[in-house]
Amino acid sequence: MSLRIIVLAKQVPDTRNVGKDAMKADGTVNRSALAAIFNPEDLNALEQALRLKDQFPGSTVTLLTMGPPRAADIIREGLFRGADGGYLLTDRVFAGADTLATSYALHKAIRKIGDFDLIISGRQAIDGDTAQVGPQVAEKLNIPQITYAEEIRSVEASKITVKRRLERGIEIVEGRLPVLVTVNGSAPACRPRNAKLIQKYKYAKTTSERQADDTVSFRGYDSSDYLHLKEWSAADVNADGKQCGLSGSPTKVKKIESVVFQAKESKTLDSSDSQIETLIVELITNHTIG
Amino acid sequence: MNNLYVYLEIENGKVEDVSLELLTKGRKLADELHCQLEAVAIGYQLHSVGEQVFPYGADVLHIFDDKRLYPYTSLPHTSILVKLFQSEKPQIALMGATSIGRDLGPRVSSALCSGLTADCTALEIGDHEEKEKTYTNLLYQIRPAFGGNIVATIVNPNNRPQMATVREGVMKKEILNLGYKGKTVTHDVNQYVSDTDFVISIIDRHIESSKVNIKNAAIVVSGGYGMGSKENFSLIYDLANTLGGEVGASRAAVDAGFAEHERQIGQTGVTVRPKLYVACGISGQIQHIAGMQESAIIIAVNNDPNAPINAIADYVITGDVETVIPKMIKYYKKNSK
Repeated sequence: MSLRIIVLAKQVPDTRNVGKDAMKADGTVNRSALAAIFNPEDLNALEQALRLKDQFPGSTVTLLTMGPPRAADIIREGLFRGADGGYLLTDRVFAGADTLATSYALHKAIRKIGDFDLIISGRQAIDGDTAQVGPQVAEKLNIPQITYAEEIRSVEASKITVKRRLERGIEIVEGRLPVLVTVNGSAPACRPRNAKLIQKYKYAKTTSERQADDTVSFRGYDSSDYLHLKEWSAADVNADGKQCGLSGSPTKVKKIESVVFQAKESKTLDSSDSQIETLIVELITNHTIG
Repeated sequence: MNNLYVYLEIENGKVEDVSLELLTKGRKLADELHCQLEAVAIGYQLHSVGEQVFPYGADVLHIFDDKRLYPYTSLPHTSILVKLFQSEKPQIALMGATSIGRDLGPRVSSALCSGLTADCTALEIGDHEEKEKTYTNLLYQIRPAFGGNIVATIVNPNNRPQMATVREGVMKKEILNLGYKGKTVTHDVNQYVSDTDFVISIIDRHIESSKVNIKNAAIVVSGGYGMGSKENFSLIYDLANTLGGEVGASRAAVDAGFAEHERQIGQTGVTVRPKLYVACGISGQIQHIAGMQESAIIIAVNNDPNAPINAIADYVITGDVETVIPKMIKYYKKNSK
């Protein structure tokens, strides 16, 4: 048995380590100060896909991402770790998409890719933390979803068994392929880049990257299909422009504010015994503790 | 028609706190909009749901009672909400930002092509102008974005229902009137679901009622990445046990494996409002502060005198957590009766 697996991935700014220079004076985010990374839970998703490929030789793992041209970086990253190929969905009409418009575009691209057995994605992306795109893609493809997965336990014939990690426990669920699975950060980490695969794919480029920079030429590029990363526009996937990007987004951002907390007047103490004892006695006396 | 709907999460016949919190908020919003508050219960053996939700001000309770609807699975609950919303046309639909609400909400919003805002921290009613058109009485869905560094107000001008999820503990749960009486509507489940909705089956399930009760604790002692290690994090437990409080953690401490996820305080965890909050080795990222800033008294223990958390603390103890925490324990034991 071999499986056709599509992994949905997103390139995101690394919001986990936001320094002071990441915020501009006017309160907006200075994206250029943040590294662009492979969304962490999408890496957990990729690992689940690669494990199935290990188990069922002949299976294919195909990455699909939507983003600006530089998002091709995460397709290469996926190839270095063991994916077989990838598609970059990039077009100005996708700009400003909320989750609904994003899932519309992604589902059109999946239709274009063709038949699949399994779609796997991270539970959520760290720039929005919404966890919406996975279930919305599943709904648009009219297939079931299994969210919050920690482990794809088994795939036998068309039956899939998945362990879900919820707030207060676990669930083992059984479903039929095709299905869309979203994977939690508690799932095993993704395997590292493989040196041989880095050698093989370091010159992999999209058509526009190739056009923009033919100085990093690799003689074999034109004759090596596996180095050609597929790049699709809205028209390539037959997407209706009205349902893409800002115009296809029911939610609108009315206002953005930087977060400012009311500073308090505070009492500063050191770690000496006398100061800490005074504080504790004060808290006991005013019945905060004790 | 055009009412405000709350989807109820029900575990073993008991309506979860997050849903009661949403009913409380929903009641206030419905009053402002002069519309009714309707609750939707989908599950099995739901006979006591009415008495649980009417005191919070629900005007209508929709019951979908069928053995196959509990425990929750995505497809049948989606089919029910989609068909119910298509006929009732709610203006607003709220659900918990839990593993259920975050599974169900997006699927329903996709089917209805309506906007959904995840993890709101505030909901308000207001007007909106766009392209020379004024929309009145929209739901302002206010949520943190970008790792908590900004707060965005989101509106859905044209599509209905306006959908939003809210985490447990963000809204306050308050009984409106113990004698409040609403109407119960029992629906024929078979009109809403089909056999293909049951392709996913749950073969095993271990859900514990929450061991951790940080949300309602009067004293919370929290540790951050600055605790250094899981071993050092035990100091947080020692202090919490001594003071009779609960243990919390920052996202960084949870990510580092010092504490379990259900103890995480902040925008992507629990919101707390204790009378005393002790933050140890927590620098005070915005996303953490948002989950504890309403604490009555805040003590920050940190070796960095410029840690952002110090700005909102009542007491700042500058020093190593390994030195300060044992001293706090020692002097509490010495002085308490």
